[in-house]
Amino acid sequence: MSATAASADVVLAADGKVDGVALGVLLFFFLLVTIGGFWAANWRKADNPHSLDEWGLGGRSFGTVITWFLLGGDLYTAYTFIAVPAAMFATGAVTGFFAVAYTILIYPIVFIFMPRMWSVSHSKGYVTAADFVRGRFDSRFLALAVAGTGILATMPYIALQLVGIQAVLDSIGLGGESNAFLRDLPLLIAFAVLAAYTYSSGLRAPAIIAFVKDTLIYLVIAVAIVYVGVHIGYGQLFDAAEAKMATKNPATGAATGVFVPASNNYWAYATLALGSALALFMYPHSMTAVLSGKSRNVIRRNTAILPAYSLLLAMLALLGYAAIASKTSVIGVDGKPNPQLAVPHFFRDEFPSWFAGVAYAAIAIGALVPAAIMSIAAANMFSRNIYKEFLVPNATHKQEAQAAKITSLVVKFGALIFVLVLDKQNAINMQLLGGVWILQTVLAIVVGLYTRWLHRWALLAGWAVGMIYGTLAAYNQASRVTKHFGGSLANFPFTDTRVYIALSALVLNIVVTVVLTLVLRAMKAPEGVDATTPEDYYAEKAGPEVTDLPGTEGGLPVPGGVRA
Amino acid sequence: MTQPSRHRLSPGVAAAAGILLAIPIIALLWVPLYARKDPELWGFPFFYWYQMLWVIICGFCTAGAYALIQRDRRGRNGGPR
Repeated sequence: MSATAASADVVLAADGKVDGVALGVLLFFFLLVTIGGFWAANWRKADNPHSLDEWGLGGRSFGTVITWFLLGGDLYTAYTFIAVPAAMFATGAVTGFFAVAYTILIYPIVFIFMPRMWSVSHSKGYVTAADFVRGRFDSRFLALAVAGTGILATMPYIALQLVGIQAVLDSIGLGGESNAFLRDLPLLIAFAVLAAYTYSSGLRAPAIIAFVKDTLIYLVIAVAIVYVGVHIGYGQLFDAAEAKMATKNPATGAATGVFVPASNNYWAYATLALGSALALFMYPHSMTAVLSGKSRNVIRRNTAILPAYSLLLAMLALLGYAAIASKTSVIGVDGKPNPQLAVPHFFRDEFPSWFAGVAYAAIAIGALVPAAIMSIAAANMFSRNIYKEFLVPNATHKQEAQAAKITSLVVKFGALIFVLVLDKQNAINMQLLGGVWILQTVLAIVVGLYTRWLHRWALLAGWAVGMIYGTLAAYNQASRVTKHFGGSLANFPFTDTRVYIALSALVLNIVVTVVLTLVLRAMKAPEGVDATTPEDYYAEKAGPEVTDLPGTEGGLPVPGGVRA
Repeated sequence: MTQPSRHRLSPGVAAAAGILLAIPIIALLWVPLYARKDPELWGFPFFYWYQMLWVIICGFCTAGAYALIQRDRRGRNGGPR
């Protein structure tokens, strides 16, 4: 296990100096995206900027190309640039390369159900998945469960982005101060600037910044691919990785990692990929990016072109192996090994400072874009499904948008708590932990798109059981660094097969929900009124026939600011 | 309001699109199928290049399913939508 303690590879220690050139390049790009972020408020400006549709969904006006950038910025995050290569560097394929399978599986799955989600949301003016659940199942508490889960699950995911930014700052040589405040000051400043332009520009800000981010990322990865091919050679790269993964830890006798899964890992690999894929589009931020598209077909077209990013992810994952092959040191400025530094240190050691700076900028901006979208999405949920539903039922559009803006700040600080509490040595686990929670909403949302057969109370009970089991199982996983929340694989109940906890919890959730549905149906428990009609699930591009719909349920506003 | 006839796919098209979408899912969830080192390609072990190849194939599968569905819809509504 002790990838980082395999100190034979670790020859260089940090010299503690700040790399001025790299820092300058990073600051230049940071300034550029900051200006872009604030300017975004004026981009495609609407008549009614103070509504949640505008702030939180960019006016639902984005076409295929912008949605591609936005979803790309949304789904391929510091998770891709830092956490996956770090996992590859530390323990190899099962903990890292499953991300490639995962980011392929999502597209056929999304192709099937997301257009229905888009249509019903457009037809009824839904901004969040919880809005849909509220309308479909006529249950405020089920909607509350979906919203609360969304907000909770988003926090460790944002925390992962912060860890990515930290890794970059550390590589430049910042953060070595003994004073805790000074150490975290650069991160806090980056964070405050992010919070400020998210607050003022809403979803338009990350949409603009995503262009910069992707240009940088594609440039950096193209250079890295050629460099590895010429200077290391892919055969050499895989040989070095295989040798490292097979190395036994002298203390435990266990191999360092997995190069190619063996039969005892098949289930772990498949469930991590499937669980992550099913979970991804349940996250509020993925939903937000989809709903901001201007037509039903935008999302389907994107399922054909988004996989381009998955190739990028695969190449980035392999940079974790490149770091092994080129014996990159992962010692941070604090003198401790940290696998998250594998990719930034690879660029630091192998390239001139200015290019390392470009790579750092790509990683840092690649973390800022999703952090902005995630906090906006979680804020939408709070505002719609908690603030307006339970706290201030007759809030105006402006109040609703204001509540969302403030929540976007609160969510970011919730994420900071996860940064402090969770094991930063294993950042990929932060995303997997979020997945354990968010996957428990899949029945209400995805099955709900097709049928109301599952009873609302049964869904709530199944959700609760899945959440409790998943949280406890994750809590009981220890790692080298932490006693709790140290991993996302556990034995499937009553077996010795290790699987992703999210899927075991979902199985339990399904069993409880189906059994209780049968019971509740036999008892003829009231099932509420469905606010949607079958036609809503096929609504096309927002035309007059959509916006002129009469009142929507629950006082939810329809797009275009028409009040119900 | 939306007309009901617009969205019903013919059963053949729905099945074909469904199969196109199921292929990549099966290809990747069936781990024993590709958890091996050989044959290598340009130094990449099979396990790695197989999955990267499926990124591309999957893009074609979803694009194919999209094209099928769009063609079916256009045929029924007597014009592009």
